Parts: sequence; structure tokens; C-alpha cells
Amino acid sequence: MKELINIIADPIYSFSIVIALFLLSIKYIKFVGSKKFFWIALGGSAIFTVWAAQDKNFWAIITWPDNIPISILLISMGWLTWYAIYKGVNNDARTEKGEPPLEGTPENREKVWAWPNLVYTEMFTIIIGTAFLVVWSILFKAPLEEPANPTWAPNPAKAPWYFLGLQEMLVYFDPWMAGVLLPGLIIVGLIAIPYIDMNPKGNGYYTFSERKFAISSFMFGWLVLWIFLIIIGTFLRGPNWSYYGPFEYWDAHKVVAANNINLSEILWIKWLGMPLPKNILLREFLGLALTLIYFAVAPYYLTKKVFNFKGKLGKWINGGQLGGYLKSMGYIRYSIMVMLMLTMMTMPIKMYLRWFINLKYLVFMPEFEFNI
Amino acid sequence: MAKESFAKKVANTQVWKSIFRHGPPSNARNRASVIAGNVFLHLHPIKLKKSGVQLGYTWCMGGLTFFVFLALTVTGILLMFYYRPTAEYAYNDIIALREHVPLGIMRELHRWGAHAMVITVWLHMFRVFMTGSYKPPREFNWGVGVILLVLTMLLSFTGYLLPWDQLAIWAITVGSNMAKATPFLGHGGPGANLAKIGDFVLVSDKNDVRFQLLGGRFVGEAALLRFYILHCVFIPVVVAGLIAVHFWRVRKDGGISAPL
Repeated sequence: MKELINIIADPIYSFSIVIALFLLSIKYIKFVGSKKFFWIALGGSAIFTVWAAQDKNFWAIITWPDNIPISILLISMGWLTWYAIYKGVNNDARTEKGEPPLEGTPENREKVWAWPNLVYTEMFTIIIGTAFLVVWSILFKAPLEEPANPTWAPNPAKAPWYFLGLQEMLVYFDPWMAGVLLPGLIIVGLIAIPYIDMNPKGNGYYTFSERKFAISSFMFGWLVLWIFLIIIGTFLRGPNWSYYGPFEYWDAHKVVAANNINLSEILWIKWLGMPLPKNILLREFLGLALTLIYFAVAPYYLTKKVFNFKGKLGKWINGGQLGGYLKSMGYIRYSIMVMLMLTMMTMPIKMYLRWFINLKYLVFMPEFEFNI
Repeated sequence: MAKESFAKKVANTQVWKSIFRHGPPSNARNRASVIAGNVFLHLHPIKLKKSGVQLGYTWCMGGLTFFVFLALTVTGILLMFYYRPTAEYAYNDIIALREHVPLGIMRELHRWGAHAMVITVWLHMFRVFMTGSYKPPREFNWGVGVILLVLTMLLSFTGYLLPWDQLAIWAITVGSNMAKATPFLGHGGPGANLAKIGDFVLVSDKNDVRFQLLGGRFVGEAALLRFYILHCVFIPVVVAGLIAVHFWRVRKDGGISAPL
């Protein structure tokens, strides 16, 4: 059993499993938002944790003091994600019956005094928050390692946990992408959300069915590409940033085959049996072409097939309404939205290219440090 | 009876009346005065929709983030009394703090509080997204919130270096090496080697963005001082300013979101 988990927790498999689970949850959102699901998930994860915690390798990694915040994040986030969906599904059922969402009932629209209603709630949360922090601080000492030594690097050298998603991206992308461009675009993309999402519904109450596309794409980025990569980077990456299963001892001498090759090498050497051309642009033309095609043809396809609400996916997104995103959003908003979406999807695409054809770089131009 | 009259006597003294300019908040007039007449409480509206005070709706995550920020400010100031940001003293000051302060948990509160703030601010963003609260008229405030979220992570990141232990310098080395790869501005980034005049290299490891961040080519004493000032003064001041904007806009944009 532990052997099996050690194997399937490898991102090569677990990433696909997580995506499959994500898509299933979207499809069966009503079940995910039910109380039954909550108890099943709670019971399942409790049993797994108790069982897994008896393994000393698993125990060592989850009780490392700086990893405790991640456990707290995962527990609170899992619970609140379920809770938000539960409230959304609940409101959707009310909307179907022609009732207002729970937040919009006449009783809840009534105005109440800030004193005592709000002020007491705040005081209560502050007391709970203080107690929580004090107990946490008494139970766990703040970590302090050996004094700083610039001549000896620990292995693995990890960034703080909230940046480990980015550090995990370094496996697949060069630092200029994983460390600068993509984080920058995450920030820009987040700020752009209110200007891209033109859907007037779902303002001020929990819902899923009125904002399927917005919620699903946000959740994909947040849960699959951010939180899950943090989990991998924290719990499953050991010395040399190699993969280690949750029940595996961190043996620094683990041998990992590194036979990743560039697209230019696949094209010229493997397929055409020629040496690499001297001209950089000729050498890298396939990768450059594929990148351009991706950012030019994919928008065309999405515009024609998905975002005009005609295909199956398109109908799901907008519940069969006419028109399309391009029409309702205008060119500028629409192209920004599509470009941000496509950039977000470069991450999983690059991961799968790595796993299926051992691809190192799509475009490899060390002459300009420009590697994709 | 005697007790009540004592409370009333206190409430009637000149001292009490000079502090609280109204009676106890048991009637409508005083409930309005207690909020409007107090510099801290006047962040709140006097009355608000019932859905906006329900924990099931707000999760109070934004409020908790602000509370943890205040707690970190207090514990951080206390820690500054004991800490000198130099390669010679920094680590020893942390050791001294641990060895010589009986039952001291200030460093623990500060470190775990920093992690907690990252968590609460993420969950706050998640809640705001799930309730669609970024939609008009709150678009701008969502953007301010995103900047605050990034600054929260930068605050935590700059603080990570200060204990000056192995964990600190290597985590910051990993993180700041990213700056090296900034296109055109970092010496290892794409396009940096195009910036040349003859043989003179414009972007090198002696002047690129990582050098500006660290005050050197590696994480050394200059980086410690820079991160200390960023952590204790610069970022907190910017954050405090933006929090003011954020709260102000929550009020001006119609308070906590509710169905239109």
C-alpha cells in the first residue's frame, strides 16, 4: 500500500489524478457541495492521516516546524472550499425554486447596529485568534538552524513554503519564466479579474451555477496549479529537488535519470539525422513556430468553438445563452482574457511534454538566455 | 443595587465623561455615538446589512488578517529591542533571545503569526472571489487587495532572512536568484547580454536587479541590512497606507458586499 502511494504520488501520476478529481468535482458539484460529501472527505482524510502518521518518514516531513503552517492551510482551505461550494450549491437550489439567495432574504437585508452585532463578533474572533497563536507558539518553538554559512548549501535548499509552487515550476521552466514572468502575470491576472469578468451575476452571494466559468478557472489555477504545486514542493521534493514519496526516506544518493532533451535536438538529430544548424533561428524554428501557433491558433479555436457558447463546453459555460464572450467583452478585454488563460495553461502543457517526450526546452537559445 | 449605583457613579464622574462622550450603548442614539465617536470603531459603519455580520458569509478573514498584522507589529517592535542586523550579532541575538528570556514566546508569536497572516490573506482573497465581491463597484479595491497580498508575502520573505541561520540565507539565496533572471535587468536573464556598448557590458552581476536587492553579489551583510529595513520600516509603512485605502474603499464602495 505504502509502496503504491509512493509511486502514484509522483507528480507524473498525481498531477493527472488531481486534474481528474478536479474535473469530476466540477461535474458532480452538487454532490461535492453536500453534507454527505463533507463527512466522507473528513472521515477519509482523518483515517488516512492517522494511518500515514505512523510511518516515520511521513511523520518527519509533516511535523517539521516550518511545514506546520501548510498543514493548517490545507485543513482550513479544504474545509472552507467545501463550505463555499456548499453555500453556492445551496443558493443555486434556491434560485431554481425562484427564491433569492440566502444572503438576499428580507431578513438578511435588514440593517443591524454595528454595536453590538459586528463589534462583538470581531472581539470574539480576536480572542480566538490570540488563543490560537499563543497555543501554537507554546507548542512549537520557532525553528533556528546552524548559523549562516555562505560556503555550505543545505540540500535541498528550499524557499519559504508559500513560494514553493514557484520553486516547483523551476523544474519545468527557466527562472526567467518561473521566477519572473509567470509570477508577474499571476499578479497582473488577479488584478485584471474584475475587468475581465463581465458577468453581473453572483455579486455578493455564494453561487456556482451562475459563475461556472469564472469559478472553475480560478479554482484550477488556485487549487491545482498553486496549492498542489506547493504540496509537491514541500512534501515530495527532497535532496537535489528529486521526487521522494511521502513514505520514502530522503536518501541524498538516490539516482534519478536525467535524459531530457530539447526540441531542436529531437527535430534535427533524432528525426532528420543531421547536425544542429549553425543559424539560431533555423535551429529553433520548430519550437518558435509551435509557440507562435499556440498563441495564435488556440485563440482562434477558442473563439470559434468555445467562447461563442456554441460547442458543448461553450453551452456549459453559459447555459445555452446566445452571443459570445468576444461580442460581450470587446476585443481588448477578450484578448487579455484569452492570453492570460493560455499562459496559465502553458504550465500543465510543459509538465506533460516533460513527462511524455522528456522535453527540456521548446526553444533553447542559450546565446540570449532565452529558453522556453 | 449598590453595585449598579457604583457603576452609575463612575459613569457620572468628570474623568469618565471626558473619555466617553456618551452614555452606555443601550439605545439607538448611543449606539450610533459609540461607533462614530471613537477613532478606532469609526472604521465601521453605524448600521450594516445583517448578511455582512454573519461569520458564515465573511469568515472574518480580512479582519483576522488585520488583527494578525497588528499583532506582528507589536511583537516585531518588541523583537527589535533585542536584535541587531549585522552578520556579527544577528544570530547570537536570536540565540540570546531564546536562552535568556524565560517562557518567552515573542519570536514564536512573530514567526507563526507571519505564516498565519499569509494563510488568512489567501483565504480572504478566496472568500472575496467566491462571493463575487470583486465585481463592480469594487474592482479597484480588489486590485488594492492583490497588492496587499503580494506585500504580505514579501514581508514574510524579507523577515525570513533576519535570524541569519542556514535556513534563512539559503531560502533567500534561492528566492533572490530569481531576480538574476529578470529579462534585460538581471545578468542571467534573457536579452541581458544584448545590452552592450562595444565590449562594455551594461548589465552584469555588479549592477543588475539582484545586486540592487541584495546590495551585493550574494546574500551577505549588506543584504541583511537591506532586508531588515525593508521588513521593519519600508514595507510595513506601504502596507499600512494601503490598508487605509483598502478599508476606506470598503466603506465608500458600499460596505461588505451583499446581493444587489
